[in-house]
Amino acid sequence: MAEPVLAVEGLRTHFFTKQGVVKAVDDVSFSVDRGEVLGLVGESGSGKSMTGYSIMGLIDPPGRVVDGRMRLNGTDLRALSPEGLRRIRGNRVAMIFQDPMMTLNPVLRIDAQMIEAILAHEKTTEAAARARARDALARVGIPSPDARLAAYPHQFSGGMRQRVAIAIAMLNRPDLIIADEPTTALDVTIQGQILYEMQKLARETGAALIWITHDLSVIAGLADRVCVMYAGRIVEQGSAEAVLGAPRHPYTRGLLDSVPSNNTRGGRLAQIPGMTPSLLELPPGCPFRERCPRARPDCAITPEVTTLADGRALRCHYPLPATFDAAVLAS
Amino acid sequence: MNAVPLIELRGASKRFVKSLDLAAKIGNRLGAHVREEVVRAVDEVDIAVDPGEVVGLVGESGCGKSTLGRLAAGLLPLSSGERYWHGEPLGKLASAAARRQQLKLQMIFQDPYASLNPRMRVIDIVGEAPVAHGLVGARQRRDYVAMMLHRVGLDATLMRRYPHQFSGGQRARIGIARALAVEPEFLVCDESVAALDVSIQAQVLNLFMDLKKALNLTYLFISHDLGVVRFLSDRVVVMYLGRVVETAPTAELFETPHHPYTKALLAEVGRVEPKKRTYIPIKGEIPSPLDPPAGCHFHPRCPYVMQRCRETAPPLFDVGAGRTSRCWLAEGS
Repeated sequence: MAEPVLAVEGLRTHFFTKQGVVKAVDDVSFSVDRGEVLGLVGESGSGKSMTGYSIMGLIDPPGRVVDGRMRLNGTDLRALSPEGLRRIRGNRVAMIFQDPMMTLNPVLRIDAQMIEAILAHEKTTEAAARARARDALARVGIPSPDARLAAYPHQFSGGMRQRVAIAIAMLNRPDLIIADEPTTALDVTIQGQILYEMQKLARETGAALIWITHDLSVIAGLADRVCVMYAGRIVEQGSAEAVLGAPRHPYTRGLLDSVPSNNTRGGRLAQIPGMTPSLLELPPGCPFRERCPRARPDCAITPEVTTLADGRALRCHYPLPATFDAAVLAS
Repeated sequence: MNAVPLIELRGASKRFVKSLDLAAKIGNRLGAHVREEVVRAVDEVDIAVDPGEVVGLVGESGCGKSTLGRLAAGLLPLSSGERYWHGEPLGKLASAAARRQQLKLQMIFQDPYASLNPRMRVIDIVGEAPVAHGLVGARQRRDYVAMMLHRVGLDATLMRRYPHQFSGGQRARIGIARALAVEPEFLVCDESVAALDVSIQAQVLNLFMDLKKALNLTYLFISHDLGVVRFLSDRVVVMYLGRVVETAPTAELFETPHHPYTKALLAEVGRVEPKKRTYIPIKGEIPSPLDPPAGCHFHPRCPYVMQRCRETAPPLFDVGAGRTSRCWLAEGS
């Protein structure tokens, strides 16, 4: 087996606030292979974005990565100096954010921003950089890229702006792209266009892709493997078929049942009672136990990660039984 | 289906005009040709909602669905067209009677953060309108608010708190309680669950359906989320750039969409099936409503475009079984 592009082991990112310690990311482990799409799903506050920021070294005080190992192609990211990190960021690892207006500098033309991103990491002529920027715009489906290079971000629509952000992320042919809810702010038909471009680019360049979202239907169509996060932990991890087709963790099941399109019209939606717990001084034990229909007294002991026969990793004392569907899918 | 619709809009239009400023007027005097900018947010729309019905209104940003919702709820005046309530034209009543009537039409907004006054306590947010309109006396306000909060599944002991002390889902419930407090018959829900997490969204959608049964409510449910609309609505209205392009009963619309835009929209609906799909995008962007394409508004993106579509806008054709479609392909069918 080839070495994964990114291997994260036991990552903990905590925020030290006046009110107490917020364990935004708590003992998270996963890896992504070349050309693989890993979906990171969860609701707000589950720590999915903070996991992405931790990899990029973008955690600001009072937050800090307190424990764990993150290896990018064998390089320990936590051991790097700020200068070393800077050399990797935007070069070997790129990030696409939810709001493209915040990624792009509103007072600089697109060409200036793209050429800067190339010259920051490589010694090449400005003409060569400009040609590469042009090609990158063309590749993400922006019509008349030569003319659009001279445009300012506000002259693009939301969908086009996100394409520019993707083009910038792809400029230096990164090994890993972290996309944080890149289609959430877009309309469905535009979202379809962006997903199409990303799928194509990932296939063509062989870059590994971490796709962070709350939208299960996007993950279902795009991801090879899925990590479901809840209260800072990955509660279930495995192939997209296994996790979404036959979930074993009660939270994954509840989340899937809450999606309206999975339910018959006029009936009641299966709902998860209660709400996500505050991460501030979260008591030990399974954080989902207050809302879980299968919880028993010993769920007050934090469940460890167990790996099942089908390769999925689970954090639950009383997982759902393997269903008939799982047997069908496995065959 | 011959009953009188609860609310009906006929030929409803809303134009937003950016008037010329002084500089432009002087410029025009001096021979420049600066024109007023007109956005036809809603263009000649007919829509009717029967009592007890849930009508879903879908479309992408800028299609005019929120504006239409505000027109229906009476929050915006019509630029042209008529509004009927129980078959009677609205806007012809004396002000006191019109105010009483307006109470029956309420709106629930998208953003549970922006639509609640942060400096008011829940008891005032929910209790202000019913007292002001004389539905309950000031003395009964406390009990009345407690009853409303209980109805939407909130703890009545929290009524002295401020909005910021609640979570997103709880705030959505406060917004619903506020609308229900004046005993409405018709509710316009404008993306009322869009800001909520999936598990919370399911709770609020269930609440909407429970309230509909318990209070005999009628909804116009505006959403960009086709999954939500499919789950809730009896009938769906699809809008594109200010015009209705298709209406149909929910099951039929999702099974056999007629209009090419509806087809494209439905193809993008995410399904939570663990199956890798190849995304086939529809081309192009949504044109600016400031300068919509001539003829059929959808023609620059339409895969079935004909010469005729570029020249003349199609009317809404009746395609049978309570369905209409604004497409030349529907002519004569």
